[in-house]
Amino acid sequence: MTLRPLRPAERPRPLGEALLQILPGVIIEGLLLGCVYAMIALGYSMVYGVLGLINFAHSEVFMIGAIAGAEVFRYGQPAAPNTFVLLAAAILVGGSVAGLVAVGIERLAYRPLRRRTSNRLVPLITAIGVSFFLQDLVRLIEGLWHNEFYLNYPSCTPIEHPVKLPLGTEVQVKAIIVIAVAMLMMIGLTLLVKRTRMGKAIRAVAHDAQTASLMGVNPDQVISRTFLLGGFLGGVAGVLFGIMFTQVNPFVGFVPGLKAFTAAVLGGIGSIPGAMVGGLVLGMIETVGGTYLPLFTNGAVGSEYTDILAFAVLVLLLLVRPQGLMGKASSDRA
Amino acid sequence: MNERRNSAILLAAGVLSAALLMLHPHGTLSLLPVLAVMAACLTAKASRWVQGVVLAGILVVAVPMAGIQNSFLFELGTQIGIYAALALGLNIVVGMAGLLDLGYAGFFGLGAYTWAIFGSPQANELLAGNHFPLAGWPYFYLFVVLAVMVAALTGVLIGLPALRLRGDYLAVVTLGLGQVVRLLANNLDHPLNITNGPQGISPIERPPIGWLTHGLDTLGIHVPPVLGYSIFFYFLVLAIAGAVVLISTRLDRSRFGRAWVAIREDEMAAQSVGISVIKAKVLAFATGAAFSGAMGAVFAAKQLFVSPDSFTFLQSITILVMVLLGGMGSIRGAILGAAAVTLLNIEILKNLSDSLNSLRQSGFVLDLGFLRYDFASIPSQLEPAKYERMIFGLIIVLMMIFRPSGLIPEQRHRLELEGKE
Repeated sequence: MTLRPLRPAERPRPLGEALLQILPGVIIEGLLLGCVYAMIALGYSMVYGVLGLINFAHSEVFMIGAIAGAEVFRYGQPAAPNTFVLLAAAILVGGSVAGLVAVGIERLAYRPLRRRTSNRLVPLITAIGVSFFLQDLVRLIEGLWHNEFYLNYPSCTPIEHPVKLPLGTEVQVKAIIVIAVAMLMMIGLTLLVKRTRMGKAIRAVAHDAQTASLMGVNPDQVISRTFLLGGFLGGVAGVLFGIMFTQVNPFVGFVPGLKAFTAAVLGGIGSIPGAMVGGLVLGMIETVGGTYLPLFTNGAVGSEYTDILAFAVLVLLLLVRPQGLMGKASSDRA
Repeated sequence: MNERRNSAILLAAGVLSAALLMLHPHGTLSLLPVLAVMAACLTAKASRWVQGVVLAGILVVAVPMAGIQNSFLFELGTQIGIYAALALGLNIVVGMAGLLDLGYAGFFGLGAYTWAIFGSPQANELLAGNHFPLAGWPYFYLFVVLAVMVAALTGVLIGLPALRLRGDYLAVVTLGLGQVVRLLANNLDHPLNITNGPQGISPIERPPIGWLTHGLDTLGIHVPPVLGYSIFFYFLVLAIAGAVVLISTRLDRSRFGRAWVAIREDEMAAQSVGISVIKAKVLAFATGAAFSGAMGAVFAAKQLFVSPDSFTFLQSITILVMVLLGGMGSIRGAILGAAAVTLLNIEILKNLSDSLNSLRQSGFVLDLGFLRYDFASIPSQLEPAKYERMIFGLIIVLMMIFRPSGLIPEQRHRLELEGKE
């Protein structure tokens, strides 16, 4: 999304050398974006796993996390002893608020439908409605609270100090933080799903809800917890997104949400490692494409086409391999 | 017996409300009875003939007569007509065939740009010489047909690969493709300037309407050109919407209509009884796209201006809300939904915002002793017109939970959605 423009002075040099020189920076940016996509994609994928529903409102869960994090910075900055403590608080609050909102959405909007209809379009359309409703609800709340709905994350603080990496690349501290937090969360989630009783219950419901309920698993409870987990990850992704791009608003969720869904499909929807891999791959494709397309076409095709690139990946993938990179082939999946 | 009584009431109410509208064309209060009667025509159990006659009488006689004095009526009618045609098109895709298309506004944009580029000097950027804009008699109408073909063809090209996917994947792919259309419109101003980018294209030519103003002159009605165009677009949109209603009805009762129902209910079973699933789906997709393309071209001429902002995701969802409100698969429902949402958008929310503003400017201070509230401090953030997303979202969620088959349910859908089998 944010790309370093190549300065005109670098043009006369051999193209290959210029390309190589910016490569490490591009890879780190791709990794950053990929981490955020991966964390959002996990929410889509887990919910799809247990409910078979594309939770369109998940992009708003992400947005609410980002906004809640910004509020923590707004109120905490004068009082907090240290930016890093504040950052940790923002991540925790953003994740928790988003997780609770996700649980609330499931309880109020999706659960009544589950009892009543088996039609597949109805929950999907409901999810879109919830998504629209939340965008304006947050705008209304922020508007009444602060009389504006564009919120800023702090910049020029210790988290933006540059750090030298081995290959001569400079990155900001916050890039390292984002990648580290994302990695930790994803490892944590994997352990949770693989090793704990709760994780086993989630996997059982995803595999076959009816049989799981016969074995004494309460599917409603498991679904609630899945939303909580997915929402927490999405909210943390929102805070990380805010730290990277510094400005957030109630409509900030739409595009990353769509991209993250693409990532979830890319990896194989329903698969947790798939969502992570899909997110990282999509982040890389986007950043590399966005940087090198203008270079190779001499500026004719600019970085504004990265969004189209992501959708093209989605469409092609669904046509060629609808089960995704890591998904299982299944006749009714697509 | 009951039906006969209803018909008589409907006819009487129609005549009265039409007379009221023609006598007092400026009052909001005289618009309400007409709207109520039209809604009743769509919902009540009455003779089809009476319903048709009352609707036609109001739309072809009463509204234009009143509209000559209050041109806002033409604007309202044209907007509702455009949206009704769009809702009917989406109704075929979502309602009848059960394919969730979230990029529907993209086809509208395609149609709009088809005329916008050639009906303005924009095309001179692409083709040598100075042949554009194409003004004059047949061009606009030719381009409406062309817009239909472009949209339908794009629908086929997108549909052939995308419609192999199961429902929810299709939703995301169409959502993505709708975004792609908007992004292309936004960015195709370089290296070759095709769409003029975010600034949009303006001014766009309108077809000449000398024949209409002359005709009205000989009838003794003198209209200024601006009003002439209002009348022209009102009747053009009415005619296209009428054709769309006719096509929808015929398709619904055709072999394809039944195939769509079968596919919607159980794709596998439909395939195994010999229905060509892909063919039927692509036909639904292309028909919906074609309606949208036609209205796009008309919209471009009417507004004199198009930009990528005219066909966003919000626009697609607005049309979807119309279909859901009326009832998926229901033709009358789509029309009612289009009218209700358009009125909500351009009349009710705007009026509420206006009255909130005047309340704020009134300087009134509510003082109850223990409670004191200065009306000037009502935050401007509260204006209802700013919250269409919230309102649409709420409509969607409530409809899906409490009445998924819509205000005028289509019978087969009612069975499916409410489980009353």
